[in-house]
Amino acid sequence: MNYRQIISEGLWGNNVVLAQNIALCPLLAVTSTATNGLGMGLATTAVLIASNVAISLVRSFIPSEVRIPAFIVLIATIVTLVDMGMNAYIHELYKVLGLFIPLIVVNCAVLARAESFASQNPVFPSAVDGLFMGIGFTLGLVLLGGIREIIGSGTLFSGASLLLGQNFAFLEMTIIPHYKGVLLMILPPGGFVAMGFLIVGKRLLDNRAKQKAAAISSETVAA
Amino acid sequence: MNQQSIQYQGGILAVIALLTSAALVIANNLTHDAIEQSRLEDLKAFLTQVVPKDYYDNDLVKDTVSLKLQGEAETTIYKGRLQNKVNAVAFEWTAKGGYAGNIKVILGIDRDGKVLGARVLAHNETPGLGDKIEVKRSDWITKFNGLSLENPPVDKWGVKKDGGIFDQFTGATITPRAVVKGIKEALQVFQAHRATILGE
Repeated sequence: MNYRQIISEGLWGNNVVLAQNIALCPLLAVTSTATNGLGMGLATTAVLIASNVAISLVRSFIPSEVRIPAFIVLIATIVTLVDMGMNAYIHELYKVLGLFIPLIVVNCAVLARAESFASQNPVFPSAVDGLFMGIGFTLGLVLLGGIREIIGSGTLFSGASLLLGQNFAFLEMTIIPHYKGVLLMILPPGGFVAMGFLIVGKRLLDNRAKQKAAAISSETVAA
Repeated sequence: MNQQSIQYQGGILAVIALLTSAALVIANNLTHDAIEQSRLEDLKAFLTQVVPKDYYDNDLVKDTVSLKLQGEAETTIYKGRLQNKVNAVAFEWTAKGGYAGNIKVILGIDRDGKVLGARVLAHNETPGLGDKIEVKRSDWITKFNGLSLENPPVDKWGVKKDGGIFDQFTGATITPRAVVKGIKEALQVFQAHRATILGE
């Protein structure tokens, strides 16, 4: 598998949220705002890279029969180390993101990448896979969080300056002023509804691309 | 060694468990002091938010008294003194019955039982709904400033839905209800143990 393929699979073709449909628990729990989605996405990306590297390093020692418990212990350890390290050395950021970090342990996207990629590939491709799966996950979370936030509370990226610092305060927007809000969208059921529409959107785009490709190839045949 | 043998598989799991536990122990030792340090700094920052600076001239993080209540964990009370007379106190209180577990608040009270300031220290309420109790998301919690058990009267200490004077949030009543009740309880504790707390 070349890097180009790894990158496009992570961002679109095999996107954690839109194509694999996994990691739904943290997804629906935190995406009530775009900012929360971004925070969760960034923290998960860091853990994905670290866990993919660690598992790729030890993959030849671990027989397939015991790989699942071994991977889970490794991932849980990495998440705890990230949690302690952030709490000690970047405390300001931890106060904002700290809430999301323990949720990453139960994020099956991390285990899925360990299982399907890092355990069969060398270190560097595994790190790249972790990075782009993470970015794809972050994009999905921000998109979903943005939709839910606009419909649910009429704002976008509220609280972004808490996460990214005062320089990013310009991101905080009020899309619909004096908006009463739609509670359903902020609660988990609204997350399911919004996610359904996102998946429909992705399928439509994929089908259109496929038809286009088919049309082009039949034209070449006819010519 | 044969990777299929049960000895190897058990062994490798044991090795992984050993290595990861060792990593956690080392990391815990390395970060413990820094985490404790940040915790104290956070506490100090919160204390200065709930007790105005002109209420004390001592180091109130160090001037403490412990209060043991029936059925509760020990509460540490931080005393602010002005010219050696206790002028204001601050302590953490756990408000029970939040939407997702307990809510930890810190409360500053002057010597007559009037709220100087209140802040939420830790909670697990729904992001975007219940988290408006944090001062950085809304000024709701500052509405307690200046209130006491006489003002408003005790039976008005509730959210508007329950006939009280405090606003609830759209879609979240349980969270503010728990915080109001918690702060009321804390004031009642102060009232009941005023002599012990002030040391007079």
